[in-house]
Amino acid sequence: MIEVQSLTKHYGPITAIRDVSFGVAPGEIVGFLGPNGAGKSTTMRILACFMPASSGSARVAGYDVFRESMEVRRRIGYLPENVPLYSDMRVRSYLDFVAEVKGVPRGQRRSRVAEIMERCLVADMQNRLIGKLSKGYRQRVGLAQALVSDPAVLILDEPTIGLDPAQIAEIRALIKSLAGDHTVILSTHILPEVSMVCSSVVIINKGTIVAQGPIDSLVEQFFPSARVQVQIAGPAAAAVREGLAKIPGVLAVLDQPAEDGAGTYVVESGRDRDVRGEIFQLAAQQRWALVELRRLGMTLEEVFIRIVAGEEAGAAEDGTPAPAEPLGEPQV
Amino acid sequence: MRVWPIFKKEMRLYFTSPIAWVILSIFLIIAGFFFYNIFVYYTRASMQAQMNPQMGRDLNVTDAVLRPLFSNLSVILLLLMPLVTMRLFAEERRSGTIELLLTYPVRDGAVLIGKYLAALCLYALMLAFTLVYPATVLYFARVEWGPLATGYLGLLLMGATFISVGILASSLTENQIVAAISTFGVLLMFWVIGWSAEYVGGGWGQVLSHLSILDHFDTFARGILDTKDVIYYVNLSLVALLLTHRSLEARRWKG
Repeated sequence: MIEVQSLTKHYGPITAIRDVSFGVAPGEIVGFLGPNGAGKSTTMRILACFMPASSGSARVAGYDVFRESMEVRRRIGYLPENVPLYSDMRVRSYLDFVAEVKGVPRGQRRSRVAEIMERCLVADMQNRLIGKLSKGYRQRVGLAQALVSDPAVLILDEPTIGLDPAQIAEIRALIKSLAGDHTVILSTHILPEVSMVCSSVVIINKGTIVAQGPIDSLVEQFFPSARVQVQIAGPAAAAVREGLAKIPGVLAVLDQPAEDGAGTYVVESGRDRDVRGEIFQLAAQQRWALVELRRLGMTLEEVFIRIVAGEEAGAAEDGTPAPAEPLGEPQV
Repeated sequence: MRVWPIFKKEMRLYFTSPIAWVILSIFLIIAGFFFYNIFVYYTRASMQAQMNPQMGRDLNVTDAVLRPLFSNLSVILLLLMPLVTMRLFAEERRSGTIELLLTYPVRDGAVLIGKYLAALCLYALMLAFTLVYPATVLYFARVEWGPLATGYLGLLLMGATFISVGILASSLTENQIVAAISTFGVLLMFWVIGWSAEYVGGGWGQVLSHLSILDHFDTFARGILDTKDVIYYVNLSLVALLLTHRSLEARRWKG
């Protein structure tokens, strides 16, 4: 539904994005992830036909965003980052205007606007001036204008930024309900949001794409093994290491700096193998004082931090971005 | 072309915000004050003319009331019109709404025309209210319909030109004050450019005089309908609107 081919955009001497390529399948919700200033908004603006790329091409719903921009614009709903709305218009007349501009047929317009106001939870504010609304309501009106023509593709730039937790949950639920009928690309730098809402992610940093794919496979790619952190107080490190290594399924035992006088180890095992029970049994059997037994994170957040931190470390060393591959020792 | 929804939106924005109301009332207060003075002066002149018929020979409503009224209105418009147009694009750029507007399935041209027509409509409304003045005159004296019609046509064309120039300025900046001041500056230059025609003389003098907004308006106010003047205003408007369209398009140039 969205195909981006080696997109590059320069703002004068600054390169905002470089050689960005990715694809989004119909009905999918993709998270577009990156730290601030990574080029998320630039990419979305190009996809929404607001400005052209310096080079490369992008197709949305089968049409080129530059050459067939009108066709693309008919099929998208776009929510820019800071939710620009006309503060001197009332919610209902604003949505009515958007519906008309987007070509919702006259006969359906009324019911369509009413329906979308219900769905985005702004119906009770329909006669208020937009300028007088709270941030949360503005955000929802912004979402409503993107959805009012029932577009095939939604481009949402940071849809939950600046909302309170309850509102974030509402908006997320709303976006999630769009999956299947709509193709959604949403940018964010809130990681749990992506794991909750999106089926796959595209991670961008400093204008280039560093990783992409379904969340599970990304996590798998970056954390090929399951890791458990163990703290055992008392016995010599060598004995503990040996004991831990003997547990079936354990691939490696790594020493960590001791904490609070207790020896700390990271036990790596096959992804599907949970060795915590066996570690406990072992400690009990040997009468070691097991102080802590903790599974180390294998979340998207960890992946993200590793990629972005790794990029920075790589860039600092030799000026080139590090490859998007599993990196060395995790810093936990 | 989806001009209609854009036009409606702009009209709504003019009237839900205080802009239209303030401009209408200020314009009518000032215009009313000028009309009152002109008309009272005319009344006194005609009373004096009753004593001295010799003096009243050249006294007529067209020359003594309508012409000064039109030229006074044109000066008020020179000051007010930049304020009508300054927000049209500058505000959208400042608030970022242009990003949404220009990603809706409407052509830049439709957006431009919608906005232009909305400003023109507000302006026509301003002029419509001033029809009260000739109506007042009509109650007391005979009005020549021809000069009245050409005068209003002149005002309408001139205002349309002001609006085009104002829209152009508004599309070039995101600061409304900058838009208003540059509109005013450009219009004032076009207004006074004819003054130097005399000193320049020759071909260039004619060019300068032909460029003057004021000289072209004067013929309308005198009751003369000359295609040359109509074409002048239409041309100036078209040039400004085409440049505006280019400036909107500039965003889509690859960089």
